[in-house]
Amino acid sequence: MWQWLKRLYHRLGSPKWFYEISARWIPWLVVLSAVGAVTGIVWGLAYAPADYLQGNSFRIIYIHVPAAILAQSAYMMMAVAGAIYLIWRMKMAAWVAKCIAPIGASFCLIALLTGAIWGKPTWGTWWVWDARLTSMLMLLFLYFGVMALQQAMESEDSSFRAGAILALVGVVNIPIIKYSVEWWNTLHQPATLKLTEKPSMDPAMLWPLLIMIVTTYAFFALLVILRTRNEILWHERKRQWVRELLEK
Amino acid sequence: MTVDRAADLPVLEARDLYCERDDRDLFTGLSFTVGRGELLQLAGPNGAGKTTLLRLLAGLNRDYSGEVLFQGQALLKVYAEYAAQRLYLGHLAAVKKALTPLENLRWLTAAQAPDDDRLWQALEQVSLRGYEETPCMQLSAGQQRRVSLARLCATDVPLWILDEPFTALDKDGVSWLEQQLERQVAAGGTVIITSHHALQSVPGLRQLTLGGSL
Amino acid sequence: MSLVTATIRRDLLLAARNPGEWANPLMFFLMVAALFPLAVDPDPSFLEKIAGGVIWVAALLATLLSLDGLYRPDVEDGSLEQWLASGESLYGLALGKALVHWCISGLPLTLMSPLLGLMLSLPDEAYAALVLSLLIGTPVLSLLGAVGAALTAGVRGGGLLLSLLILPLYIPVLIFAASAVYHAGIGMTYNGQLAMLGAMLALAMALTPFAAAAALKINLLR
Repeated sequence: MWQWLKRLYHRLGSPKWFYEISARWIPWLVVLSAVGAVTGIVWGLAYAPADYLQGNSFRIIYIHVPAAILAQSAYMMMAVAGAIYLIWRMKMAAWVAKCIAPIGASFCLIALLTGAIWGKPTWGTWWVWDARLTSMLMLLFLYFGVMALQQAMESEDSSFRAGAILALVGVVNIPIIKYSVEWWNTLHQPATLKLTEKPSMDPAMLWPLLIMIVTTYAFFALLVILRTRNEILWHERKRQWVRELLEK
Repeated sequence: MTVDRAADLPVLEARDLYCERDDRDLFTGLSFTVGRGELLQLAGPNGAGKTTLLRLLAGLNRDYSGEVLFQGQALLKVYAEYAAQRLYLGHLAAVKKALTPLENLRWLTAAQAPDDDRLWQALEQVSLRGYEETPCMQLSAGQQRRVSLARLCATDVPLWILDEPFTALDKDGVSWLEQQLERQVAAGGTVIITSHHALQSVPGLRQLTLGGSL
Repeated sequence: MSLVTATIRRDLLLAARNPGEWANPLMFFLMVAALFPLAVDPDPSFLEKIAGGVIWVAALLATLLSLDGLYRPDVEDGSLEQWLASGESLYGLALGKALVHWCISGLPLTLMSPLLGLMLSLPDEAYAALVLSLLIGTPVLSLLGAVGAALTAGVRGGGLLLSLLILPLYIPVLIFAASAVYHAGIGMTYNGQLAMLGAMLALAMALTPFAAAAALKINLLR
C-alpha cells in the first residue's frame, strides 16, 4: 500500500504523466456530471416530495448544500496541495492549488447566493447573521485572500508559496472562526431560525441530494483537471513533449 | 592530482551547479573551489547570474541543483555554523536611516558583538568620525554605504561574500576597500566578490567568468 | 548579544525616533471611535450598548494600519536579507518582531482605551473587561497580523492586500473580546470570553511565528 502510494505520488508529480492520464478521465467525469446533474435535478425538483413546513422552496438545497460542502472541502484540498508544495516542492501541487482557488470561491459564492435566495421565503429576509451564512462569508473572504496572494508577487513561485502559507493558516482558523461564529450566533439569535438542521430527512428527499453531492464533486474534479491541464501546458511549453503535442 | 588540497579542505566547493531563472539557464555544470588566502571575482556581463551565484554561495538562494560544500560539508546542513563564519554584504546596505552610524553598525555586527571601541575605530577607518551621532538620513549615499562596509573591519570573519561593494564609493573609499580586501586575503581569509572593478592589485586573485549568453 | 535582542532593541529605538509610527495609529483609534456617535446616535443609552464593539473595531483597524510597517522596511533596506544570512532562528525573530509590534501598537491602545470608554459612555462595570480583553486580545492581533505582514512585505502596495488577508482571521478575537465587554456592561460574568482569548493567545504564540518565518523565507527566492 505504502509503495503504491509512493509510486502514485511520484507519478502525480510528473506533469506529463498527469496530462496524459487525465485525458482518459475527462470523458468519464463529463458523463458522470451530466447524467448526475440531470437525474439529481429532475428528481429533486420534480419528484421529491415538498417539505411540510417550507413547501417547494426547500428544493434549493439540491444546489445549496452540495455547493456549501464542496466550498469547504475544496479549501481543505487547496491547503493540502499547498502544504505538499511547501514541503516537497512539487510544482504540480502548486498549479492544482492555484486552479482550485477560483473554483472553490465560486462554489462558496453559489452557496451564499442560494442561501440568501432560500432565506427570503423562509426567514423573510435575504440575509440574516446566521452562523452558517456568516462562516461561509468568512470562508469566501479567505478564498479571496488566497487568490489575491497567489498573483500578488513578481515571482510566481513566491506567490504560490505565500498563497499556500495563507491557506494553511486559514485551515487552523476555519474551525475557530466557525466555532466562534456559532457561539456568537446562539447568543444573539433565537434558535428557531435553524430550519436547515433536520434530524432526519425523508429518503425520497435525501437520495437526490446525495446524487447532487456526488455530481458536484465530479464536476469540481472535471473543472480542476481542465484548468490544471492548461497550467501544465503553459508551464511546460518549452519542453519537448509539449512541443511535439502542439505540432500534431 | 591535487594532493595539497586534501590536507587543506577548500573553504567553499561548488559541484555541478545548475540554476535557471525564468526558464533561462543561468549556468550548468559549474564546479569550482575557493581556498584560504584567495579572492574569487565573479565576472561576466549583466544578467549572467553573478548575483544569483553569489547568493547561492551565501546560502540565501536555495533554488538550484548541485552541491555547495563548506569545508567538506553540505552548506545547508551546517548553515548556522557557516553563517557564523561568513559575512554577506548584499547590494542593499541594511542601514536604517533614522539611526546613527554607530547604532546601525552595532546591529549589523550583533552576531559578533564587538565592543564599542572597535566600532568607533571601524567608523574612523571609513572616515565617519564626527558623524557617529548623526542620523544616517543626513549622510550621502556613499557615506551610508561606508556604514555598511565598516563591518569588514569591525569583525574578524574568515569568509566575505560581497555583492558590488564598490558601488557609490569615492576614490578614497575605493582604495580603502582594496586595502581591506588585501588585508583579508593576506591574513588567510577568503573573499568572493562580484564587481566590475579591476582587482589586479590583490594577491590570490582568481576570476570566474559567467556566460551571460541569452 | 543575539540578533533577536539586537533587533528588538533597534526596533524600539526606531519607534522612539519616529513617534509617528506608533502615535498615528493611536490618533486614528481615537478618531474612528469619535465617528460612531456622530454617524449613528449620540444618545448615551444607545452608545453604552455598542461602546465595547466600537472600541474593539477601532482597535482592530488601528492595528492593521501599523502592521504594514512591520516587515516592509526590513525587506526594502536589506535587513531581512541580513537576518536570513545570519543563520539565526527565524521563529525567534518573528516572535520578537511581533512583541515589538505589540509594545508600540497594542499596549498604547490598551492604555488609551478607558478614554474612549468615557467618550462612548461605556458602563462603569465594563472598564475592567475592556482593558483586560484588549490586554489579552491585542497580542493575538499582532501575532496573526505579523503573518500577513510577512506574506505581503515583498508585494508592492501590499498594505491593502494585508487587510484583506488578515481581517477574516481577526473575527474570532473580535467576537469574544467585544462579547466580554458587552457582558460586563450588563452585569454578567465574562471569564469564559477572557479564557477563550487566552487560549487564542497561547495558540497564536505557538503557531504564528512558524507561519511568519515560512513567509519570510519566501523572500529568499528573489
